[in-house]
Amino acid sequence: MASELTRLSLAEAREGLRARKFSAVELTRAYLGAMEAARGLNAYITETPDLALEAAAASDARLASGAAGSLEGLPLAIKDLYCTKGVLTTAASHILDGFTPTYESTVTTSLWREGAVMLGKANMDEFAMGGSNENSYYGPVVNPWRRNGDTAALVPGGSSGGSAAAVAADLCVAALGTDTGGSIRQPAAFTGTVGIKPTYGRCSRFGIIAFASSLEQAGPMTKTVTDAAILLGAIAGHDPHDSTSVPVPVPDYTAALTGDLRGKKIGIPREYRVDGMPAEIEKWWQQGADWLRAAGAEVVEVSLPHSKYALPAYYIVAPAEASSNLARYDGVRFGLRVPGKDLTEMYENTRGQGFGAEVRRRILIGTYVLSAGYYDAYYTRAQKLRRLIANDFETAFETVDAILAPTTPSAAFASGEKADPIAMYLGDVFTVTANLAGLPAMSVPAGLSAEGLPLGLQVIGKAFDEAGVLNVGYALERAAAFNAKPAAWWRA
Amino acid sequence: MSELIKGATGDWEMVIGLEVHAQVVSNAKLFSGAATAFGAPPNSQVSTVDAGFPGMLPVINGYCVEQAVRTGLGLKAKINLTSVFDRKNYFYADLPNGYQISQYKDPIVGEGRLLLDMPDGSTREIGITRLHLEQDAGKSLHDQHPNLTFVDLNRAGVALMEIVSEPDMRTAEEAALYITKLRTVLRYLGTCDGNMEEGSMRADVNVSVRRPGAPFGTRCEIKNVNSIRFVRAAIEYEARRQIDILEDGGEIRQETRLFDSVKGVTRSMRSKEDAHDYRYFPDPDLLPLVLDPEWVKTIEAGLPELPDEKKARLVAEYGIKPYDAWVLVAEREPADFFEAVARGRDPKLAASWIMGDYFAMLNRLGKSVADSPVSAESLGQLIDLISDNTISGRIAKEVFEAMVETGKAPATIVEEKGLRQVTDTGAIETAIDDVLARNQDKVAEYRSGKDKLFGFFVGQVMKATQGKANPAAVNDILKAKLQG
Repeated sequence: MASELTRLSLAEAREGLRARKFSAVELTRAYLGAMEAARGLNAYITETPDLALEAAAASDARLASGAAGSLEGLPLAIKDLYCTKGVLTTAASHILDGFTPTYESTVTTSLWREGAVMLGKANMDEFAMGGSNENSYYGPVVNPWRRNGDTAALVPGGSSGGSAAAVAADLCVAALGTDTGGSIRQPAAFTGTVGIKPTYGRCSRFGIIAFASSLEQAGPMTKTVTDAAILLGAIAGHDPHDSTSVPVPVPDYTAALTGDLRGKKIGIPREYRVDGMPAEIEKWWQQGADWLRAAGAEVVEVSLPHSKYALPAYYIVAPAEASSNLARYDGVRFGLRVPGKDLTEMYENTRGQGFGAEVRRRILIGTYVLSAGYYDAYYTRAQKLRRLIANDFETAFETVDAILAPTTPSAAFASGEKADPIAMYLGDVFTVTANLAGLPAMSVPAGLSAEGLPLGLQVIGKAFDEAGVLNVGYALERAAAFNAKPAAWWRA
Repeated sequence: MSELIKGATGDWEMVIGLEVHAQVVSNAKLFSGAATAFGAPPNSQVSTVDAGFPGMLPVINGYCVEQAVRTGLGLKAKINLTSVFDRKNYFYADLPNGYQISQYKDPIVGEGRLLLDMPDGSTREIGITRLHLEQDAGKSLHDQHPNLTFVDLNRAGVALMEIVSEPDMRTAEEAALYITKLRTVLRYLGTCDGNMEEGSMRADVNVSVRRPGAPFGTRCEIKNVNSIRFVRAAIEYEARRQIDILEDGGEIRQETRLFDSVKGVTRSMRSKEDAHDYRYFPDPDLLPLVLDPEWVKTIEAGLPELPDEKKARLVAEYGIKPYDAWVLVAEREPADFFEAVARGRDPKLAASWIMGDYFAMLNRLGKSVADSPVSAESLGQLIDLISDNTISGRIAKEVFEAMVETGKAPATIVEEKGLRQVTDTGAIETAIDDVLARNQDKVAEYRSGKDKLFGFFVGQVMKATQGKANPAAVNDILKAKLQG
């Protein structure tokens, strides 16, 4: 019974709870049991079983009284980048040792208001910097998926690797991630799950620990497209506490899921056929285009000529903002403090020991590109490129309704395989463009690679057209009928 | 009014520019809802936004923007309908975020001007380069513990306007007048209380020297000078220091200096080479600030009458001297007080009473117009008693002192003390005859050409009448009788 409950999608679990087939406490216990059995995956930094059971009991009461919210009793994993009141919040960094916020992020507040239950705080790359979840102070997350006939540990992707692994291994009904350069979509692709990064400004960033403010968004990571639509509907909306959130109405995303693409035009960006792209990726991309055609869409080639500048622009803008956003971790007010003989030495000791190697690298890069004499050559030019990349999309969207691309240039790779940071950064080649342009984009599982690993297809849409993106994703999901699950080897 | 400084090798001219940090009058901080009251217990007015907690975001306080626009309009400056907030990055224990949110390339207010009121009654225009909004840092307390520094974040995030002048001032006195005038304008506008003791206004002073007419010299910036007296002293010292170096064949190093108010000297803080690289970049948490031109017009329509206009009006309407008008309008309350007294009366008499006995009284008692023991109404009544010859100007001084002490109306005091002026010419004539009879010798001297004795006779008559005789009547009758 327990494992059957944890296999349910969010929509199915919601039906079950509403029909009183099982209680929220039962559902929560099932997940808590699964989490306990899956500690080897290291998907959670902090588990909150007591809070979860308490919340589930309250949900059961509301379900019984007919006062249930739209997410009543549904157990979620929350990436540990979201500040959660009274619960340790780490950003997977040593420097936030012991940091327990006195406030709750706007997005999670919306979830709890709708009755959702928090199972714990999901592991991630430190400060959301990474594409493999190997950069966590709390240790790497292991991908529930393995290559056929191989026991080598694979990465779940990053930075929302814990959230992705938790969804893929049924350690939560759904999860929240954040996406700054692909941190929702890439791990979703690596774990056979669904993930959507909404339009910049669609969800509040208030209470999310900042990495690169102009690029990041909150978003759901789920088992199905419908689940993503439900969860996004709950977290989207304007927040007066975030000046960059946009006051536009939030449509009913589930109502948009028809799978009917007749009259829609889908663009295939020519420039995304990058050198050295595995044939398999190309194959599934073609397959995706065929599926959309079958759903009634017209598929056309489009050009996004500045795509090749996206990675360099991203790896200037994101570290620049990070270098400033992370200046507050100074040992003065919260988290880790490593004493020194004076203030400067205390800073050096605290930040030197508190930040991991990748975070230090990006702070250094960011400090460099903002320095006097280099600012125009790097930061200003990157901003101009960003504008050009956004213009490319605007032009493309004059003729197409959405764009189809691979999510990643490869399937999940082995732990330790990409020791070179540049090799790691190249994995973001298809995802960073949507962040630079602020557009909604989602990853949907397409199928398995020859090695038996999930591969994702990415749908990029017009600003604030999450409904359109979700519907294209829904069409892909229906056509792909992806229902493979990783063997639960971690339970052994 | 260029005042040159004599050096051993010839004349030198100072060039001075000021950056004034003025705390915006607002109940809440620039980017958080925390309170801003002065003197609250340490760290009692700090939100998680001000303290730079993870995940916290700034939200602009619309009222602070309005105050900045109002100030810009008051300085006859260009209002930039689009401005941008930038991050100024540096590490310090009292700067919670590790950056200060400020405006760098695109400030909210552009070029404007300020008129200095010179002591000779003339005015001198000083250019304003820009005004931008920024947040204040917290305060490091180094004297609370033998080897720890305490941090008070009450001030962290409080809205400041940085008002930058052109290098248009040429003497320390002009710099002092600039700050005085700026303070006056800000107080009229209600955008800064101008309280330098509480740190509501601080100045960074840029000083260089040059030969008259030569290009600008290398400047030094003296940081955070917190009184007008210190601004003057710091400039005098710094100019002399630079002249001494140059006359010894040395060169001025561009640097930041601190003013030691105890020793009256400036000291090097850091050289240009050690200057921070602030790595300014647009704050991605804040959108560009875009103002509706109609909204700006509404603010403009609601501006109070400003000191320059008020001064011009007082001169035109009441015929008082420009410098007197400037003294009166330096604060809003005395100017209002003057108008209340002068309306329908002799304005020159009103001005001379207010700037004389009335201000002297306030000074003596340490009071202001607001809590003065003498109201505009009762001072006006006193002036009425002078004008209708009920009392003389001299007696009026006595009545005024009694008004200060007792709070009674001037007419009541005149009656109670029997100070009503003698205008009965018969009584005055008798007194004059009496005086002339007792001073025959002096009368003779006067008649032989010693005109100056006239004052002596007046004094004797006034003495005889206990000052109550109408001075004009005394003059007339005395003159007639002496010419006899």
